[in-house]
Amino acid sequence: MNREATGESDYLLEVEDLKVHFPVRSGVFARARNWCKAVDGISIRIRSGETYGLVGESGCGKSTLGKAICKLLKPTSGKIRFDGFDLTSASRKEMQPYRRDIQFIFQDPAESLNSRFSVREIFEEPFVIHKMGDSAERSRKVNALLDKVGLPRSSADRFPFEFSGGQRQRIGIARAIALEPKLIVCDEPVSALDVSVQSQILNLLMDIQSEMGLSYMFIAHDLAVVRVISDRIGVMYLGNIVEEASATELFTNPLHEYTKALISAIPIPDPTFQGERVLLRGDVPSPIDPPPGCAFARRSPIEVSEEVASQPSEYIQASEGHWVEVHPATVRNYDEPKAHPRPTVNPLAEPPEAPNPKLGGL
Amino acid sequence: MDTLLEVDGLSVGFDTDDGRVEAVDRVGFSVARGETVGIVGESGCGKSVTALSIMRLLPQPMGKVLGGRILFKGRDLLEASAEEMHSIRGNEIGMVFQEPMTALNPVQRIGNQLSECFLLHYLGITKKEAWNRSIEALKRVGIPSPEIRVSEYPHQLSGGMRQRVVIAIALACDPDLLICDEPTTALDVTVQAQILDLIKSLQAELGMSVIMITHDMGVIAEICDSMVVMYACRVAERGPIKTLFANPKHRYTRGLLDSIPVLDSPHKQKLNTIDGTVPGLSEMPVGARFAARSTHCDVSSYLNSKEYQTVRPNLIEIEPGHWVEDCEVVRV
Repeated sequence: MNREATGESDYLLEVEDLKVHFPVRSGVFARARNWCKAVDGISIRIRSGETYGLVGESGCGKSTLGKAICKLLKPTSGKIRFDGFDLTSASRKEMQPYRRDIQFIFQDPAESLNSRFSVREIFEEPFVIHKMGDSAERSRKVNALLDKVGLPRSSADRFPFEFSGGQRQRIGIARAIALEPKLIVCDEPVSALDVSVQSQILNLLMDIQSEMGLSYMFIAHDLAVVRVISDRIGVMYLGNIVEEASATELFTNPLHEYTKALISAIPIPDPTFQGERVLLRGDVPSPIDPPPGCAFARRSPIEVSEEVASQPSEYIQASEGHWVEVHPATVRNYDEPKAHPRPTVNPLAEPPEAPNPKLGGL
Repeated sequence: MDTLLEVDGLSVGFDTDDGRVEAVDRVGFSVARGETVGIVGESGCGKSVTALSIMRLLPQPMGKVLGGRILFKGRDLLEASAEEMHSIRGNEIGMVFQEPMTALNPVQRIGNQLSECFLLHYLGITKKEAWNRSIEALKRVGIPSPEIRVSEYPHQLSGGMRQRVVIAIALACDPDLLICDEPTTALDVTVQAQILDLIKSLQAELGMSVIMITHDMGVIAEICDSMVVMYACRVAERGPIKTLFANPKHRYTRGLLDSIPVLDSPHKQKLNTIDGTVPGLSEMPVGARFAARSTHCDVSSYLNSKEYQTVRPNLIEIEPGHWVEDCEVVRV
């Protein structure tokens, strides 16, 4: 992390040890009695033009992380650096130019589009807020956006309820790309859609990326979908990233038992397929007052004693770019990752980085 | 095999302000004893309405069965009286709904909701016995510490546990047929896997038949013996799943299978899609409904022909048990 001093970075987005804790209030004075640790010390980095997939079960904190990155939620601690600028301490005013660069696509387009606005008004609003262009130029932009997302130009004066789910998601995407952002956080953009529409939207997102060169943070619970679109994938469990690798590496060589369970749980659309399933015990523990030590140990198919389970896990780099949280309960052949010490620096590949297990600098 | 349920030419209409729309158009399929049949299709294709008509639970007064028969153990359910339906529902046919939170009563203890089935269908059973049977029923669906859970409320359980409770209620009286309407859509993949395994093992144990309604081809492949592909209120294709997955004849089935991202699909490459959208319920053509979305070069003349507006396609059997709309059999 020596490049930090010079203020330069290869990364568009750097999130360092981010924590988002929500107070759990109770009692007469609504005092915070406890804290719900939705995001508990996450570090990720996204290069420009890259798609970072984030998967995990509901309640693991993936949407909270997405919202915190856009500063729709105030982080409790940690750092978010975007394009070299520290967003964490930025005031509303200082945030303004960066609001253009980071956009959000929501899961349910029916709820995220204002039903009293026509498509034209929805598309023009960002330009009005950021005081860009005159009305003639805006209307040109509206047409260009409609063309880009494959909607007929005649739809500009219609209202969101007149469209089907897939078309509404296209409107949501067009609104997000209107200001030519550098990063779009997509929070489950296709999970509310039918399969045949889902593939249309995924193709559209990939087309837009190759055309505009922007980065995505793609949050989803469907691993097959995440795999198609992502370059790198992080697997989240109870507020932490437990494994991170390139899309191909993660699927061919998953190390963490949780990742294996997630992959094996996907129903394969092939009746002749005979796969073995890694079954987890029980449910995700509550992020309020999580069990001590390794959060996953008590659900892992590798049964360990309570004493071992309460030992903390360690986040290490198992091979180039493949990070995993190791613990006797999370990785089979526990000693194996240690047998491959941190890779020696290849001067031609990645710039040298001090892999700090606690930081999880990637 | 012994046929348990036979749906034959079922048509269902809904009366709306703009006149009557047909939500299910001459749908037919059969379910053998011990068999799992999947009904797959996009939202709005009529799969849930088909299930509701089997249970005679169509929203009233808008929903009307316009024609057809639903033979359950040889008896036509559409002609059964309200009392007869009461004894069939829950007792001989159980149903699992998509969203467990809306299917359960939030202000009733789980034990009370389960006991209700026993008290309704078994004459002379005491409340105490019904309560004990509820604990048994919870144990059967793999809920840990059922003695404690039985006196809890739905909000105290996780989504997966709630769906287990709904399944326990549906299975309380050992039905011959279980209808699952998107039972796992609202759940996480890991929980979905648990629930599918549960349905599979209970089916093997109890020997019941299952109708699985879903839009997920993966779920179908995992637990079904045969499937019915519905498109725009009609059956497009039906048959044993191995045949349909290996050799789909309808262009819609093909498109559906091709557009699913699978784990070994090439990374960052475009997916196949089915272009266009399903026609609206009030503007359904009589002819081949998928033709407008088909990319075949010969369809444009068909779309302009009179045939498209007047001649409805028939299902033909192209190999034993494999039925497909005649207009869509890929002619190469």
